[in-house]
Amino acid sequence: MVDKRMTEDEVVAELKDGMTIGIGGWGSRRKPMSLVRAMLRSDLKDLTVVAYGGPDIGLLCAAGKLRRAVYGFVSLDSIPLEPHFRQARQSGAIEFTELDEGAFYLGLLAAAHRVPFYPTRAGLGSDMLTMNPELRTVTSPYDDGEELVAIPAFKLDAALIHMNRADAAGNGQFLGPDLYFDDLFAMAADKTYLSTEKIVPTENLLDEGPVHTLRIQRIFTDGVVEAPQGAHFTECPPDYGRDEAFQREYAATARDPEAWEAFRSTYLESPSHAEYLKALEARS
Amino acid sequence: MSNSEQVTAEATIDEICVMACAEAFRGDGEILCNPIGTVPIVGGRLARATFEPDLVYTDTVSVLPANDFPVGDPDAPKVVESWVPYRTVFDIVWSGKRHVMMGASQIDQWGNQNIAAIGDFRQPKAQLLGLRGAPGNLINHPTSYWVPNHSTRSFVASVDVVSGPGYDRMREIGSPGNRYHEVRRVVSNLGVFDFQTDDNRMRIASLHPGVTVEQVVEATAFELAGTDDAAETRLPTDEELYLIREVLDPGGARKAEFR
Repeated sequence: MVDKRMTEDEVVAELKDGMTIGIGGWGSRRKPMSLVRAMLRSDLKDLTVVAYGGPDIGLLCAAGKLRRAVYGFVSLDSIPLEPHFRQARQSGAIEFTELDEGAFYLGLLAAAHRVPFYPTRAGLGSDMLTMNPELRTVTSPYDDGEELVAIPAFKLDAALIHMNRADAAGNGQFLGPDLYFDDLFAMAADKTYLSTEKIVPTENLLDEGPVHTLRIQRIFTDGVVEAPQGAHFTECPPDYGRDEAFQREYAATARDPEAWEAFRSTYLESPSHAEYLKALEARS
Repeated sequence: MSNSEQVTAEATIDEICVMACAEAFRGDGEILCNPIGTVPIVGGRLARATFEPDLVYTDTVSVLPANDFPVGDPDAPKVVESWVPYRTVFDIVWSGKRHVMMGASQIDQWGNQNIAAIGDFRQPKAQLLGLRGAPGNLINHPTSYWVPNHSTRSFVASVDVVSGPGYDRMREIGSPGNRYHEVRRVVSNLGVFDFQTDDNRMRIASLHPGVTVEQVVEATAFELAGTDDAAETRLPTDEELYLIREVLDPGGARKAEFR
């Protein structure tokens, strides 16, 4: 099997200005943060990010990397609204495509299945259609004739996901309570880069979880990055929970430019994930 | 319940509101009870622990616990009866076997709810939570609301953004698109409201003890129906009070929503 191991910076070198990039996880849960930080320290710009958003979207907003965010929500879970995202929306700094959470799933599913859209009732009567005038409805071709919203496929140039375990060929395993939609992100993208807490030999993939935890197949992955604590400060159970103290410190930077500058220079300018982990260690 | 003699004090407003939230789930049977926010969560658990034993209940992470367990304690023992990752939650939304109780930053006389933004959504004065799951919830299964701060800022003449559509929007959609839409109840710190009127305008179903019709009318920016014959919200029984205070919310987390 092909060895797809890469570094964070090698992944980001594959990305281009203006790309549409999907990011897996959910809110402040199992986000590929070491890859996000590599994007922050790159020259990338004008990105469109598609995500069940958390600090990935918040940090990319704060660093001025985003042209558009496409999301079902942007939340830090224990802090219901992502504060840097809030600021970007209130200052008009980004374009946005805000969808019902379930409708967002259908956009990923349509892209994964290479169909132009999936139909749903979600959005009828609400301002989801006002906020997104490009959305179209479709009439059932069967006798019921029901009108439904056609959620367009989220075609992704690249996707970034974080798994608990993977092999070097890009088979990924989640060991926590929820895969979220990471398999669909992988299928919806032209190129998918997977970071993982630990790369293990293929023959050891069943050591820590049953077969149904092997939900990312290597036919959908193009690069594997070993990044222990790679989801920090978001949660990555059972390996670790959310670093709530760090998250609070991060959230407070949205109200205070000096605090943001200090946070940025301490944690975001680390030239590698290994250096970031050292900065974390120095903190405690 | 043999422990009911332990209940000494009268029901307080937070407990009356928990009870009113529980009552919103009466008659639901075997569906997913999915309240959001502490008072609705304690209410949902109370409904299942008493008059709606067939409800299934989410722990808001990924499993359905079959036992009664307290809020605010992530380590509370759970008897897991099923697994509901978020993808399955959306599938359940679309199946219709769910009743959600959400918050509402603004709500109007037709039950239109806003949790998205204050001001123009293109560049809001205040970005709120966003549409979240409201558009899909409303068009697929029964929805109720919990508003802890009843005032003319929350009960408004017109919402800034429609996250969850109300009955006027559904009249425009018409049949068959509107057939699963139902705004069941609105529970506030002043009373319980429903849409059981000829044209589905909001009506006073009951007022909490000590609340007057004048007080509610004053705190509401639109005309309410049912001002002539408002009933009183029922109080929790001793057994229900015991469950709220000792089993479901011994830490009193429900009280924080009234500050």
